Amino acid sequence: MSKHLIIKGREVVEDDWQVLRLAEPVEGAPAHDPATVAVPEGKFIVPLSLWLAQRDVLAARTAAGEIAVWIASDERPETLKGLLDQFPLIAVDFPKFTDGRGYSIAYNLRTRLGWTGELRAIGDVLRDQLFSMRRVGFDAYAVRADRDPHDALKGLTDFSETYQASVDQKVPLFRRHARPAPAVANNDGAGI
Amino acid sequence: MYQYDQFDHLIIRERIAQYRDQVRRRLADELTEAEFLPLRLQNGLYMQRHAYMLRIAVPYGLLASKQMRMFAHIARKYDRGYGHFTTRQNIQFNWVELEQTPDILSDLASVEMHAIQTSGNCIRNTTSDPYAGVAADEIIDPRPYAEVLRQWSTFHPEFIALPRKFKVAINGAVEDRAAIAIHDIGLTVVRNDAGEIGFKFMAGGGMGRTPIIGSVIREFLPWQHLLTYTEAVMRVYNQYGRRDNKYKARIKILLKAIGVEEFTRQVEEEWADLKDGPETLTVEEMQRVIDYFQPPAYKTLDDSDAALQAQAADSKAFGNWMKRNVKPHKVPGYAAVVLSLKKTGVPPGDATAEQMDFMADLADRYSFGELRVTHEQNVVLADVEQSQLFALWQEAKAHGLATPNIGLLTDMICCPGGDFCSLANAKSIPIAAAIAERFDNLDYQHDIGEIELNISGCINACGHHHVGNIGVLGVDKDGSEWYQVSIGGAQGNNAAIGKIIGPSFSALQMPEVIDRLLQVYLRDRFEGESFAECVARIGVAPFKEFVYATPIAEKGGRLVGEDEYV
Repeated sequence: MSKHLIIKGREVVEDDWQVLRLAEPVEGAPAHDPATVAVPEGKFIVPLSLWLAQRDVLAARTAAGEIAVWIASDERPETLKGLLDQFPLIAVDFPKFTDGRGYSIAYNLRTRLGWTGELRAIGDVLRDQLFSMRRVGFDAYAVRADRDPHDALKGLTDFSETYQASVDQKVPLFRRHARPAPAVANNDGAGI
Repeated sequence: MYQYDQFDHLIIRERIAQYRDQVRRRLADELTEAEFLPLRLQNGLYMQRHAYMLRIAVPYGLLASKQMRMFAHIARKYDRGYGHFTTRQNIQFNWVELEQTPDILSDLASVEMHAIQTSGNCIRNTTSDPYAGVAADEIIDPRPYAEVLRQWSTFHPEFIALPRKFKVAINGAVEDRAAIAIHDIGLTVVRNDAGEIGFKFMAGGGMGRTPIIGSVIREFLPWQHLLTYTEAVMRVYNQYGRRDNKYKARIKILLKAIGVEEFTRQVEEEWADLKDGPETLTVEEMQRVIDYFQPPAYKTLDDSDAALQAQAADSKAFGNWMKRNVKPHKVPGYAAVVLSLKKTGVPPGDATAEQMDFMADLADRYSFGELRVTHEQNVVLADVEQSQLFALWQEAKAHGLATPNIGLLTDMICCPGGDFCSLANAKSIPIAAAIAERFDNLDYQHDIGEIELNISGCINACGHHHVGNIGVLGVDKDGSEWYQVSIGGAQGNNAAIGKIIGPSFSALQMPEVIDRLLQVYLRDRFEGESFAECVARIGVAPFKEFVYATPIAEKGGRLVGEDEYV
């Protein structure tokens, strides 16, 4: 079983989950059909559509904690309402790092659907987006394979203060701190 | 005006460190250009035709004199001695080096400025009325709400990779001077029957390839809910806005596709979960921000009409300037002054470092040390004593900042166009220059009266051509530059999208085209009727007929443009 490094919380750890993608050819099954693609042995994060189509087939393995699902950026997390409990983790795919739908999916999973387990970002996951990912509720990051997860870790601590509320910080800055009233106009930098 | 506290300073400091490291990694090839692109764009850094351009945020157009001086410093130290004020009340520098951009940000931070989210697919700088706080027709000063939106939208974690850019404008006066109808979100601060403050909430306006006037999705949103409701709009857009085609990715296309009613239903459904949540604004927070926008220490004065009239009678030039560049103020004895950045021979919106320093000095001496950038690309001194107007005029005139053309033909809105911008299909500045030269005669301009001539070098419409009374759009046909002309557009309370009059023209034909349009207006106008009103009454046909009636030749009779092939 192949192991690779991912970020969990704020640490780089070994991980043995594999991601099954329908676009990738799978031996012995017609490609792209979520209803018939066979999930190989091992721990797999499978497409939401595949899991929904093969719930019964995968029931035993799901119960055994070997199956998780990933949500594509054009899918709705509400589809999993009432079904979340059986998964050891949920993943959200970023097909491109510039596709920001995954942020809203994560927000909805955490705040609307009450998912408290591992929420993993997969796909085009890069250092400079990790801070925002953490804020909207991700706590695991499968950094793109050609990038060093140790380097990416630095992206989680770019900022120590934020203005607005999100999943990580439920209260906006103006409710967390007494912010000062206007002082006498200052002249910092006026001499340049 | 707003001043940073330790939290604002901390966030900006950490931002500079983050960006500095991103630049380092790009230069070390640890980041590919494709990966770096959205990062630098969200910091206002574009790659243009010849060099990088850095766009700096001027929140809702408001500037302190020390900030204006910092622009002069940046122009001298990092650029070629000038900068360009934009149609979104920001400033951009056209000749910066990538390696120096982190240092520019450090310099900016020393005067509480940044370049965050001035580009890219995120929520941009909120724009507003350049006369906010002083306009006689103001209902509520919109700037505190714009500042609250600035803070909320800065690095909003969920909305940093939207389908497309997202622009918000807010107006608090009877007359809309913030062009709210052509913004992704357009807000008007209003009072309801009970006297409570809230917003008329518009969404889905925009220009570009598909110009659309925004739709009202809520007639009255109590102010406490500004952020939660905006968040609901953003979440609907982030999830359902198209991402397959950048020309169909703005929120206006989503609204059009599903209809205003369905869009509003989705927003309200989303909002039901957010309403009264932690982002609900408190009286304390709002009052804290409002306190930063208290009026300066005005003197008790009377309006000095008689004295000004006497000065205007003595000097026709001063009289013209009074008529065009001086605006009413809600406090007796004061006026707002527009410093024109539309001098013939200078690209619209450009100012030199010397002019910036000088404008800062004027602000300190005449206007409580503050300035505003207008979306028509001029600069306003909002709080000038009427008794000082003559002295101010003389000084401004000596520095080329007193062209009495505000609202007139040569007060054009113009994007940087093909001379700088890599998106442009055609040059726009030379067109503006040729038109300005042709109609340099001020008496003629004053006779024509109020008219908005807007020029964009491409369909992205940075020059707001769709809402110009006359709009000029640069287009590319078989590799050469042509110009499409529309008339009947308008901004403000009666915002309208202009109609194209017919086949496009060559650059050389453009001054003559404008002249012919004006001839029709002069021929057909009623007494006191503006160009826009005249077009609204008689329609496009008479203009079209006259413009295309005979071929357009250059000086000496040689046919130019398409006419030379006829």
